[in-house]
Amino acid sequence: MPSYRAPVKDTLFVLQSVCKLDAHSNLPGFADATPDVVQAVVEEGGKFCEGVLAPINHSGDLQGCTRHADGSVTTPDGFKAAYDAFVEGGWGTLMAPSDYGGQGMPHIIGTVFQEFSASANMAFAMYPGLNEGAQAAIMAVGSPELKERFLPNMVHGRWTGTMNLTEPQCGTDLGLIRTRAEPQADGSYKISGTKIFISAGEHDLSENIIHLVLAKTPDAPDSVKGISLFLVPKFLVNADGTLGARNGVSCGSIEHKMGIHANATCVMNYDGATGYLLGEEMKGLRAMFIMMNAARLGVGVQGLAQAEVAYQNAVTYARDRLQGRALTGAKNPDAKADPLMVHPDVRRMLMDGRAFIEGARALILWGGLQVDLAHKAATPEERELADDLISLLTPVIKGYCTDKGYEIATTSQQVYGGHGYIAEWGMEQFVRDARIAQIYEGTNGIQAMDLVGRKLAMNGGRGLRAYLGLIAENVASGKADPRTEALATGLEKAAGELQAATMWLMQNGMTNPDNAGAGATAYLHLMGIVALGEMWLRMAIASHAALDAGSSDKPFFEAKLITARYFAERNFPDCGALRRKIEAGSAAMMAMPAEAF
Amino acid sequence: MKILVPVKRVVDYNVKVRVKSDGTGVDLANVKMSMNPFDEIAVEEAIRLKEKGIATEIVVVSIGVQQSQETLRTALAMGADRAILVVTDVTTESLTVAKILAKVAAEEQPGLIILGKQAIDDDANQTGQMLAALLGWPQGTFASAVVPNGDRVAVTREVDGGLETVDLKLPAVVTTDLRLNEPRYASLPNIMKAKSKPLASKTPADYGVDPTPRLTITKVVEPAKRSAGTKVKTVDELIEKLKNAGAIA
Repeated sequence: MPSYRAPVKDTLFVLQSVCKLDAHSNLPGFADATPDVVQAVVEEGGKFCEGVLAPINHSGDLQGCTRHADGSVTTPDGFKAAYDAFVEGGWGTLMAPSDYGGQGMPHIIGTVFQEFSASANMAFAMYPGLNEGAQAAIMAVGSPELKERFLPNMVHGRWTGTMNLTEPQCGTDLGLIRTRAEPQADGSYKISGTKIFISAGEHDLSENIIHLVLAKTPDAPDSVKGISLFLVPKFLVNADGTLGARNGVSCGSIEHKMGIHANATCVMNYDGATGYLLGEEMKGLRAMFIMMNAARLGVGVQGLAQAEVAYQNAVTYARDRLQGRALTGAKNPDAKADPLMVHPDVRRMLMDGRAFIEGARALILWGGLQVDLAHKAATPEERELADDLISLLTPVIKGYCTDKGYEIATTSQQVYGGHGYIAEWGMEQFVRDARIAQIYEGTNGIQAMDLVGRKLAMNGGRGLRAYLGLIAENVASGKADPRTEALATGLEKAAGELQAATMWLMQNGMTNPDNAGAGATAYLHLMGIVALGEMWLRMAIASHAALDAGSSDKPFFEAKLITARYFAERNFPDCGALRRKIEAGSAAMMAMPAEAF
Repeated sequence: MKILVPVKRVVDYNVKVRVKSDGTGVDLANVKMSMNPFDEIAVEEAIRLKEKGIATEIVVVSIGVQQSQETLRTALAMGADRAILVVTDVTTESLTVAKILAKVAAEEQPGLIILGKQAIDDDANQTGQMLAALLGWPQGTFASAVVPNGDRVAVTREVDGGLETVDLKLPAVVTTDLRLNEPRYASLPNIMKAKSKPLASKTPADYGVDPTPRLTITKVVEPAKRSAGTKVKTVDELIEKLKNAGAIA
């Protein structure tokens, strides 16, 4: 059985030394996030995930969810009790505003708990995760009456939420939606249609399930411009807040999937169900994207989270398992063999994991801070900058961190040799669970297209310019200290490749859009390396500062510096190769006649 | 009834400790520290008594380095009402702690003191007993059930070969054993509230106690490595081996 320990120390380092939480104590919600409270939240949240969520991860995967003849769905043994403990502990209220019973903590602190819970039990964490996404959309566009009626119970966790986009004929292309919404005399709508792949669509964890559903009103244009967003509760809610009759929505079946078995993925049938318009008619896509952007960042966290838990177990195994002798002579002469740890190729796998994980954690938490700043920073300029940065980096966090997350889950499995392939060890579950993160909330191909097709050009390229400016600033401070000079120079070069690739795409993607599409994934990965490299430079600078200040925790900071160096040596060289792939364009890729495949 | 719960900051039970190279003790630098698990059980028991309406206030107290404040915050986040930190940098010995606690008890006048039967760092298992002696209060140690009833408390003790229930007159000292309860996880709202709960900072001098250690540690060593075992085929062979090893006559 695999184990999980929340990476509390590394998280606190990133919050304090990289994100400099103290410097933001003037922002709303940050005043309560004093270092001692943050430490307590991170530690206790970690304990909860280790002690309550992790122990039912493997068993939940084996048992999966069950749909019964009456359409009800039960989650695996222990899930209901764990969810009750989750609600009791108030963990779902972390980021929600106090108006609705939340604790109003910054997004960056919520992101920490997202990571821990997704490492401990990704399938479980999705139930509250979807609830949070649905709350965000209702908060953003819901009428005061709907907010009042639904949000307090959703924030509490007594009710949960879902998002319903996909239909059998309509995946990425939301213009193909067929679900209909007929206006009623009382201002509500009757919703009819079939939605598929609905995570947490039906389950036994909460008293009510609030579905957010994309549908088209009768006269709406047959394109994305005609989509509206509706709130459809499983049980209707009376004016006094009590639960009323069962609404016309039911779970037709649940999917049998590669991973996240303990999360119910449902086919939802809407049969004249009562729904309430969220926001304005035909503005549904915009509302859904509020939820989608938060969800994409959350999926990036899942990539990191699965890499982390897989890596932790690979480290334990590499320490314990005795096989073969070190190339440089026996390191464990009392035993018949040395631990796996001594072998350079095993080290490669572990260091690849560590360099990604710690860099990605910094990037994701720093991204969480940008979400906070985009809403709460004091001046409009600061808010705009933060919004530009997180808009630019959202597809990178989603796409790069889940591609790498899957890769690291696989290399960590590889450390186990044949045992990694055996279910009992739990490593193959991490691989299967990590896989979905590359696919849902917009496949990583879509993320790459979002980055290259929309984000680069947004506001005349203001976001990328600001980001490159930020990198140049950090490169300058890195170069000022001979100890970080090599790392800073490496990052400068990598950012140079990114800039050159951007120029090429601007010039060649205009004349032939296929060139942009052909290079998009390579470009996303190139920006991912630069983004993690920038975080590693910040972490190296912070580590030297801590050591210079006489920190008592020398081993921690020295390990950071070794990993920073490894990251630079093993990742920056890929930037040149990625740029060349981008500059190869689309010619060969598109030349093959379709029938020749 | 007010309940006093002494808690100790110790090396986390998950940490594999190493002996310092000079043999003076265990290396605690940069090691994760947590509340002594037996004390966590004590805090939980006090909270349960408060939830049942038996206790009215829970005061937690810790004696140790400044960082013991974090341990007290954990107890506050679990549900204790206020905290007292008695700051000292010297190694705390059971008798010193018992003396300070006796003074705290004299000030606070609790109806019940609940504490862990031992701390997992030094495994001394004497603070509760010394405290009861100093106060002249009855004691119920190694508790697996605590049932207050009016001015008395029934304490079920885990003793060799079974359970023993003692009926004590309050105020009394109870030390907890593992099976008393399973401590809760701190809830988020309580973690946030803990910040604003009162935490008083004191020194041993405030209680007129000199914390200078009376004991001298001569040497700390790693346990001897176990040598490989052998498998025996029959009971007779086992007895033969045990006889040869001098383990049985």
